[in-house]
Amino acid sequence: MNILQSARIALRALRVNKLRSALTMLGIIIGVGAVIAMVSVGAGAQARVAEQIQSLGSNLIIVLSGSVNAAGTRLGVGSQLTITEDDAMAIAREVPQVQVAAPSSRGGAQVVYGNLNWWTVIQGVTVDYFEARDWSVVLGRPVSQEDVDGATKVALLGQTTVFNLFGDADPLGQTIRIKKVPFTVVGVLDRKGQNSWGQDQDDVIVVPISTAKKKVLGRPGANPRAVGAISIKIRPGEDMAEAESQIRDLLRQRHRLQPFQDDDFWLRNLSEVLQTQEESTKVMTYLLAAIASVSLLVGGIGIMNIMLVSVTERTREIGLRMAVGARGRDILLQFLVEAVTLSLVGGLIGIAFGLGGSQAISYFAEWRTLVAPEAIAIAFGFAAAVGIFFGFYPARKAAQLDPIEALRYE
Amino acid sequence: MALIATERLTKDYRLGPHTVHALRSVTLTIDRGEFVAVMGPSGSGKSTFMNILGCLDTPTEGRYLLDGVDAGGLSRDALARVRNVKVGFVFQTFNLLPRTTALENVELPLLYAGVPARVRRERAREKLAAVGLGQREDHHPSQLSGGQQQRVAIARALVNNPAVLLADEPTGNLDTRTSVEIMALLQSLNRDGITVVLVTHEPDIATYASRILTFRDGRLLGDEAVAAPQDAAVALQAMPEEALA
Repeated sequence: MNILQSARIALRALRVNKLRSALTMLGIIIGVGAVIAMVSVGAGAQARVAEQIQSLGSNLIIVLSGSVNAAGTRLGVGSQLTITEDDAMAIAREVPQVQVAAPSSRGGAQVVYGNLNWWTVIQGVTVDYFEARDWSVVLGRPVSQEDVDGATKVALLGQTTVFNLFGDADPLGQTIRIKKVPFTVVGVLDRKGQNSWGQDQDDVIVVPISTAKKKVLGRPGANPRAVGAISIKIRPGEDMAEAESQIRDLLRQRHRLQPFQDDDFWLRNLSEVLQTQEESTKVMTYLLAAIASVSLLVGGIGIMNIMLVSVTERTREIGLRMAVGARGRDILLQFLVEAVTLSLVGGLIGIAFGLGGSQAISYFAEWRTLVAPEAIAIAFGFAAAVGIFFGFYPARKAAQLDPIEALRYE
Repeated sequence: MALIATERLTKDYRLGPHTVHALRSVTLTIDRGEFVAVMGPSGSGKSTFMNILGCLDTPTEGRYLLDGVDAGGLSRDALARVRNVKVGFVFQTFNLLPRTTALENVELPLLYAGVPARVRRERAREKLAAVGLGQREDHHPSQLSGGQQQRVAIARALVNNPAVLLADEPTGNLDTRTSVEIMALLQSLNRDGITVVLVTHEPDIATYASRILTFRDGRLLGDEAVAAPQDAAVALQAMPEEALA
C-alpha cells in the first residue's frame, strides 16, 4: 500500500466525522493563523523602522546647538546657537571617518504663492546637505556653491509643500514669497516620509544657508557663522561610536570647554537609536510568534487526543485490516496520514485566516503589517511537524494492536 | 501433500500465576478440497486452533505447515503476508467496514496485496457476482441484510484466491433459513475446489461438512468423516415458503 492510498483512506475517515475533524483542525487553524498574523505585525513594525533609518540617511550623526549656562539659567537645546559653520568645516577636515559635514539652520515661516499660503519649515543648507541626508532632487537642481556664496534667492520644495502651494501644477521657475522675500523655485525634493517621531519631513523649503540667515531666519546680534545643526555622514564601514567620540572631543576643544563643563551642543547618533528600536521590534516579533506557537502546540495535542479516540473506536476495523493482510506499517501509515492530513488542511485554512487576520489588523488597528512568505512556509511546515509528532504515538498504538484482540474488541 | 498439517500443536497462555493450556498437542492434516467442521464447547480450544490456522497467532510448541510453509517462526509482517494471500476469513459478525461500499469492502485484501486499482475493481466485481450480489456493488453494509453482508464478507475472503477459507461461526448471527443459504454457498464454493474450515457449535450446521473435528479441553477428541453430508441446496427447497420473508 502506498501513501496515496493511505491518504484516500484517511480522507474518507475524516469525512465520516466532519464536525469532529473540523473542531480538531480548529486548533491548528488558530495556531497557524495566529503565527502568521503576529509575525506580520512584527515584520510590519520592523519594516517601518528600517524605512525610518533609510529616510534619515544611513550612518548619520547630528550635532545640535546645545544648552548654555547663562548666569545659572540653563536654556534649552537650540536656544543659543553655539555651533558654527566653522565647526562643520573642522569636523569634515579633522575627523577621518567623516564623509561630509553639512551645517544647516532652520526656522518656520509663512510662504505665499499666488493666493495660497502655507506655514512651513525653512531649512538653510549648504551643497553637502543632500549627500549627508541621502536626499535626492526629483525635479530641477539642488543648491549649488554659487547659490551659497552669492546668497541667491532660490528654493527647493518638499513634496508636502509642493502639494499645498501648487497642487498638481509645475512649481519649477515659479516665484514664491517667504516672509515677503521672493524666491525662485529651482527644484523639488524626493519624498522622505515621516521621521521616527512622526514629523512630516516633506513639509519643508530648502534654501541656501547664506540666504536663509540674511533674509529669513536672521536675528539681530547673532553670530553670522552660527548654525542650528550639523548633519554628519560617516563613511560606510566606520565605527559610529568611535566617530562620535572624536567629533565630541573636537567640538569640546574648539569650544574651549573645561573637563568639568557640560557639552554646549547635543550629539545624536540617530541611526543608533533606530537600530535599538529595530532590535526591540525584532524581539517583539519573536515574542508574538512564540505566544502564537503555543496555540499551535495546543492544536497538536488536540490532534493526538482525537487520534487516540479514533484508534480506540476503530479497534475492530484495525483488527479486520490486519486479518486480511495489513502489516503494522500499513496501519501506522494510515493513521499517521490521517493526523498529518488534519494538520495540513488545518494549516492551509490557517494560512488563509492568517492573511485575512493581518489584513484586518492593518485595516482596523491601522498598523502596518507585512506578510513574509518565509513566515507562511515556516508556520505550514511547523503544522506538518506537529501532525507527524502528535500523530505518531496514536498511529503506533494502532499498529501494535494484537489482531485477535482487536477483532474481538467490543 | 496435505494443505494443512499440524504436528503436536500446543498453545499455552499465561494468565497471572496460572498457565492456561488452550491447545495440547494437536496433530492432524486437512487435504485440499475438504469441507471440515470444527466443533466443541466454548473453551475447548477451537478458536485458538482457528487463530493458528489463520496465522493470527503462533503456536507455543509444535509445527504448523500451511501449503508447505512453516508458519511457526514467521515475523508479524510475514504472518500478515500469509494471511493476505493464503487465508480468507469469514467472521460471525461479518466485520465489514461501515460507510464503505460492498465493492470496496471486497477490494480491501487486494489493496494490501498491492494490486493495481483497475485489476482490484475487476476481481472484486467478479467475486461479488459469484456470491450473487452483482447488483449490490454500491450498497453500504447498513443497506444490506445479514445474509447479504455475510455474502460480501465471503466474497472478500475469496478475492485473493486463498488456499483455505476459514469461517468462524459464520451463521451465528443469522436466522435458520439464511444460515442454510450461506451453507449452500459454502458448499458450492467447496465443490468448485475451495478448502473450507468452519468453526461452529451448532450440530445442524456441522452436518453440511464432510468431516467433523471435535475439540475438548484443548485436545482433538474426535475426527470423523461424514459419509453422506446434507446438501444445503436440497434442505433449502424443503423449507416452508413463509420462512422466505
